[in-house]
Amino acid sequence: MGKAKLAVWKFASCDGCQLSILDCEDELLSIAEAVEIANFTEMTRKVTDGPYDISLVEGSVTTANDAQRIVEIRKSSQTVVAIGACATAGGIQALRNYADIDEYLGAVYAHPEYISTLTTSKPISDFIKVDLELRGCPVNKEHLIELVASALAGRKPRIPHFSVCEECKMKGNVCVLVGQKMPCLGPVTSAGCGALCPAVGRGCYGCFGPVKNANTASLATRLKANGTDPDKIRRMFKTFNANTKAFEREFSS
Amino acid sequence: MLAGIADTQGIDDLIKLLLGEGYVVMGPGVERNVIQKKEITSVGDLPKGYTDTQTPGSYRLERDLSSPELFSWAVGPASFKNSLFPAKQTLFEGKISKGKASITQKEVPSHKTCFFGIRPCEVAGMAVLAKVMTDGAYPDPQAVSVRKNSLVVAVECGRPAENCFCTSFNTGPMADDGCDIIITEITEGNHRFLIRSGSDAGYAILSRLAYKPALPEDVSARDKVIAKSISAISKSIDQENTPALLARNIGSTIWANIANRCLSCGNCTMVCPTCFCASFEHSNGLEEDFSAVRRWDSCFDSAHSYIHGGSVRTSVASKYRQWMTHKLSTWVDQFGEIGCVGCGRCITWCPVGIDITEETAKIAEGESLHK
Repeated sequence: MGKAKLAVWKFASCDGCQLSILDCEDELLSIAEAVEIANFTEMTRKVTDGPYDISLVEGSVTTANDAQRIVEIRKSSQTVVAIGACATAGGIQALRNYADIDEYLGAVYAHPEYISTLTTSKPISDFIKVDLELRGCPVNKEHLIELVASALAGRKPRIPHFSVCEECKMKGNVCVLVGQKMPCLGPVTSAGCGALCPAVGRGCYGCFGPVKNANTASLATRLKANGTDPDKIRRMFKTFNANTKAFEREFSS
Repeated sequence: MLAGIADTQGIDDLIKLLLGEGYVVMGPGVERNVIQKKEITSVGDLPKGYTDTQTPGSYRLERDLSSPELFSWAVGPASFKNSLFPAKQTLFEGKISKGKASITQKEVPSHKTCFFGIRPCEVAGMAVLAKVMTDGAYPDPQAVSVRKNSLVVAVECGRPAENCFCTSFNTGPMADDGCDIIITEITEGNHRFLIRSGSDAGYAILSRLAYKPALPEDVSARDKVIAKSISAISKSIDQENTPALLARNIGSTIWANIANRCLSCGNCTMVCPTCFCASFEHSNGLEEDFSAVRRWDSCFDSAHSYIHGGSVRTSVASKYRQWMTHKLSTWVDQFGEIGCVGCGRCITWCPVGIDITEETAKIAEGESLHK
């Protein structure tokens, strides 16, 4: 059996998750040894045709062309993994879902008539069956390595699904919410970043999106009682993972 | 028993003697505005003049520069659990070469540790956890080693926090079982410390320090400290009746009510000195390498109760119920004692301030209303 063929695809995104793959540095050579990097134009011009064993998809669907292209990628891929907040939740560009798209276009482009776009930014799973989602803005490179390592061993990848709080406590951080009344989304956010922001004394921004059973209403009530401005609370939920049920209900209500 | 009176310098003498005896002294210090345990080398490392204010979901530390008091605070977020049961620990790792696996087992630390300035509820918490980890057919090597090589210098509580309820389980504010040396800080009259031995090891150490012998008035001053602390503690859980109360109320509406507030973030389980759930993670890397890691787990994770195709507990109500009934009820069936020591951490460090003592009282109240 030959090496597994890996492809990396870009949709509407900032390329930060693709850069996280390149950021694997030491392990990048091991990845290149273990799999055939068949289609990853951010890394190499050399492109091999499909079908592919694993497709990593970065970015959200924001154009009619995107919506067609993702279907083709699904057809040519054994496994599709959506990587990053754009691919798994619509990303920061999903803020358009809560605004007037024409107003946005007029504000940004001198000739909005040349722009062909959908009115929404949606995650990959809204269009095709996705086998696995790696959250984060950007994704954690350790998760990418775990994904490849687990695929090679034929086991399930171990991706954390608990809250940022647990990661925080395991690291020995001090809770900024309880200790300083600092607004923090850690209790309702999925782990994966290693509790990066609380480790340096900042509240969690929710980059990894809502954790399972996220009780955002209770957290929002508490933040308000702690003195955080209600408008700020709404804006906290309305960022990279705005287009998720749990976060959306805290700013759209 | 030896009982002596020391001043602040006398505490320093004790720390220096312990260091001379080869102990790594883990004691209280201030880090990131909370009381933390850290390696200390002199009395200057102790949190002099600090006092804490703890309410449900809130912790504040303040400092009075003019105060000579070293121990006027209650427990901080991190218990000594991490010493017996580290948050994340590699158990073994290895490599596969030419089809053969070679395994390197991780060594168990064998250095002598002194748990210095540890609170009575912490001593009790370590005993509860040690029972889980070292009793039975498969004792945990690290926990066994730490217990065997440790010396406990406890400090009785002169200033409990609002969330403390050790008096419910006789785990404080006075120190008793499991302590080698017991310190009580006395602020009435001259600022001084009553230092007593609680074991042969403690006796041997104290006999090498030139403390003034304690007088009856010192002992009665200490008793006053304890009496004042007991009267300052207002929260409680009925140790005798709660296990059966919770067992009877699995179907209570209280669980749904708690779930409205509970974030299921797992903070209560992480800060609890006795929560012992762990996840064992075996994984391979990219280079024919593999490892087995044990890390803290929490019954608030959906993956915690995952078995062949689904999680047993999916609702927040069922997760909170699992945690609370285990701690206060089924722990007794399992280990013959209650799993709570009344340190109050789960109340303070719950981001939304859910109070286990209040919820227990509400269940009892709900039951009496139905009668």
